[in-house]
Amino acid sequence: MTDLIHKIHSSLTVVGYLLQKEFLQIFRNRGMLPIMFIMPFIQLIILSNAATFDVPEVPFHLQDFDRTALSDQLVRRFTSTGYFRMTGESFRQSSAIDVLTGNRADMVLTIPKDFEQEMMTTGHARIQILIDAEDGFTAGVIRGYANDIVAAFNRDLFDLLPQFAGTQPVRPVIDIRSRGWYNPELAYIDYMVPGVLVVLVTLIGLFLSGMNVVREKEIGTIDQINVTPIRRWQFITGKLLPFWIISLGELTVGLVIARILFRVPMLGHYYVIYLVAAIYLLVVLGMGLLISTVTESQQQAMFVAWFFIVIFVLLSGLFTPIQSMPHWAQNLTLANPVRHFVDIMRRVMLKGSDFGDIAGPFGILGAEALVMLALAVNRYRKTTA
Amino acid sequence: MEQSMKRFFAFVRKEFYHILRDRRTAAILFGMPILQLLLFGYAIRNEVSEVHTGILDMSHDTVTEAITDRLFSSGTFIFAGTLQSEKEIAPAFAAGRMNEVVIFEPDFAGRLQKDGVARMQVITDGSNPNVSRIVTGYTESVVHDWLAEQADGTTQIAGVEPVPLMIFNPSLKSVYLFVPGLMAMILMLVSALMTSISITREKESGTMELLLVSSLRPLQIIVGKVVPYLLLSFVNVVTVVSLAYFVFGVPCRGNIALLLVESLLFIMTALSLGIMISTITSSQQVAMMISLAGLLLPTVLLSGFIFPIRSMPWPLQAISHIIPARWYLVIVRGIMLKGAGIAVLWKETLILFFMTALFMAASLRKFSERLQ
Repeated sequence: MTDLIHKIHSSLTVVGYLLQKEFLQIFRNRGMLPIMFIMPFIQLIILSNAATFDVPEVPFHLQDFDRTALSDQLVRRFTSTGYFRMTGESFRQSSAIDVLTGNRADMVLTIPKDFEQEMMTTGHARIQILIDAEDGFTAGVIRGYANDIVAAFNRDLFDLLPQFAGTQPVRPVIDIRSRGWYNPELAYIDYMVPGVLVVLVTLIGLFLSGMNVVREKEIGTIDQINVTPIRRWQFITGKLLPFWIISLGELTVGLVIARILFRVPMLGHYYVIYLVAAIYLLVVLGMGLLISTVTESQQQAMFVAWFFIVIFVLLSGLFTPIQSMPHWAQNLTLANPVRHFVDIMRRVMLKGSDFGDIAGPFGILGAEALVMLALAVNRYRKTTA
Repeated sequence: MEQSMKRFFAFVRKEFYHILRDRRTAAILFGMPILQLLLFGYAIRNEVSEVHTGILDMSHDTVTEAITDRLFSSGTFIFAGTLQSEKEIAPAFAAGRMNEVVIFEPDFAGRLQKDGVARMQVITDGSNPNVSRIVTGYTESVVHDWLAEQADGTTQIAGVEPVPLMIFNPSLKSVYLFVPGLMAMILMLVSALMTSISITREKESGTMELLLVSSLRPLQIIVGKVVPYLLLSFVNVVTVVSLAYFVFGVPCRGNIALLLVESLLFIMTALSLGIMISTITSSQQVAMMISLAGLLLPTVLLSGFIFPIRSMPWPLQAISHIIPARWYLVIVRGIMLKGAGIAVLWKETLILFFMTALFMAASLRKFSERLQ
């Protein structure tokens, strides 16, 4: 019995020394310290603010060939709502495309000659709205804004043209009220911050662990470790634990910033987030170590790590919704740990989900952690080929 | 002179071998652009195509059923179950089973008939604001269309009818938007990141000193280090543009030669940035992290690649002016999608040119300082 305790004690001592060595190395590297501890938070602040699809004041160009009181009324509707800002005016049909090509406006509003005339006689007239659809999403939003303004104009038409009152048949109406739960003001930042936090923790974790063992290989110190009686699991633990602690620390600071600076709501419990993060980090760090043991240079390791991060982040639903993907891609994302952690963070912070709600993704993360760690331990050999 | 050129070419060849010998890196260098383009083309989309919708029907009459049928036959909405009361909405959202719940008030058909007004509610999971906004819009338009059809055939709307025309990208494909950004990102990765690492590696392993005492001049060393990456980047540009054209039908409406020349200019910008980073750091790790955090992330986030610059708060808009990729994106989108020529894009070109000159000068100065 005492023998066993003694054994456990001595092997833990070995891990302790390894930890001490790793921490010394991390904090001795003056170049990396600011990158590890300051950069992530600058990124959090920039990223969260930059990642928005809100479409503010749209610059538009006017071509009013009619130039009557009515067309003027319509134009004023566009300029007075705050959705549009007029940047220029011209009277040649051909110049419209040039305006869009030269990025001088995102939309050209063309009111044809006889606009007022048509309205007076037939009660119906067309206007053309030319939208720069380079960015399809923004273009859709601009079209929505324009439709809303014209619809509002049509509603008030009877005040402007009294002769039409009564010609419109009364139709039944369905009154649709809409509400967005959890985020009634539809603030983008609340949605982005939890996801961005995940990316930052992943970046730091994967790069630090990914470049660690391979660096020892490059400078030759790995051989010195290999000739010691150290066990494989001790080595892996000693390599994992420091980055695990640092990453959790970064997550904590990130959460504080999210709460205080961005005022992102926190409807769930912090212990849920930390427990998930603890498991998630094992996946990330295990993967980093795996990359590190199979590559030959830091450059290579970094490249492989970057490759996976790009794919994981793109397929995580962080920037673009998962539901928009085709089915095969949606199924593919089920294997993506970043997707699950982003999903869990958002659900816990914005909707107050508890363990019961996130059991599925949490289970997947747990399984992935086991696989990654097993692979990392297995692939690390104390002999060199 | 001839001797020195010969030595220089031998050096360039050595660098090439270095890159290509490392099979994994080479595979990623060429494979990554292709894989990313395929991902962006097939999987990464902005548009909302699947809305898991729950129905809370307190009326159960012919009208609500007709509207429900119409909703689910559009293909966008996917039936995710019926609910019995409002209490069930929160758990359904929290578990991620539904994105939207449509509620019909009791006696829906009756009220529509009698009062001419019936109420329905659209509740969306607003945690993603844009999806929420779009989903609500879709739902409203389906209901309005249905209503318009019921009110016989008078489709002629009284009043002003806006005729929207989407130009440059009529089917609103997001791949049109992403291809130029992808090019900028890949060029930054290959040109800036790889050069900065490969130069710092020589420093770290001490072989830089060997090169410096060789008969190669410092400038030749730098150029020799950079040339292979320049060629690699150029190959990547051609790959991405032709894949985008042949697989996804992204047009190149402008002059392709101009596009290549501008890309070359941007590659130079990225290379000079890579050189600059390598002159101020001495370890690969630091060079890597600076390139990643200082070059790649801004290229992805602050250039207008995914997120429109105009949507950002003004300090970030100001910062975006010093991101080379921002200007390159305007150029590539201008040439490919809008068919713009140099007459329109001279300003952006000039900016890139000056940036390159500035970075080059700064790193040359730093480099010669080190020599003394």
